[in-house]
Amino acid sequence: MPVEEPQVRISIGSRFEHIDLIQVVVDDALERLGLDDDSRHWVGIAIREAVANAIKHGNRQDPDKEVEVELAIIGDQAIIRVVDQGEGFDLQEVEDPLAPENLLKPNGRGIFYMSNFMDEIEYSSRPEGGTVVTLRKQIAGIRTD
Amino acid sequence: MKIEARHEQGVTIIEPKGKITIGVGDVALREAVSEALEAGARNILVDLGGVSTIDSSGIGELVSAFTSVSNRGGQLKLVNLPPKVTDILQITQLISVFEVHDNLSEALASFS
Repeated sequence: MPVEEPQVRISIGSRFEHIDLIQVVVDDALERLGLDDDSRHWVGIAIREAVANAIKHGNRQDPDKEVEVELAIIGDQAIIRVVDQGEGFDLQEVEDPLAPENLLKPNGRGIFYMSNFMDEIEYSSRPEGGTVVTLRKQIAGIRTD
Repeated sequence: MKIEARHEQGVTIIEPKGKITIGVGDVALREAVSEALEAGARNILVDLGGVSTIDSSGIGELVSAFTSVSNRGGQLKLVNLPPKVTDILQITQLISVFEVHDNLSEALASFS
């Protein structure tokens, strides 16, 4: 039976050292849902990137601003939402990290990695402010019992 | 993340272990490479065999280290890449930027 309510909901202050906590909690949930080790690794990297962006670019590392992460299962999809309390950003301004002039830049690969490791990524803005990043991944043989 | 540095055959070997990720491991890697350069090292080998996870910030630090060493007339090479590190370098086409070796002896010999 599909689970539509979030299985995991966790909020952190905007500190990079909290990312490990989110990864441990989500990884445990995904393991219980039947996701294999390799897939969990790459989904974990995608979540790390989304949360790091929320802390760095969304909340500008303001420790008083929170990042909320939710994991929900709908059908055979794991859906992860990462919500910040920042000003938002223009996706059009994100550069292509594969362009020759960007290849040796130290930044700008996070969203590209997320796109590679997940089936779908969606960005939206909340009316009250903040960005919502929704990551979707199909899980074969998902266990929801 | 733990990081160690040692010298063999005129090469500074930097060996990070654990996660090279934003805010912790990436900073440690940057400092290790910076210290090696300040100590006069120009041949630097980063042994990634003990790295369990690397994110875009960790990759960014490897790229920055490569550029810093190259700008000082040195060489930075990689050795013992775990499959997942190889994969993440391939996705962003960086695998062709770095000189990558499969084992330490081959990597050390490549500097001579």
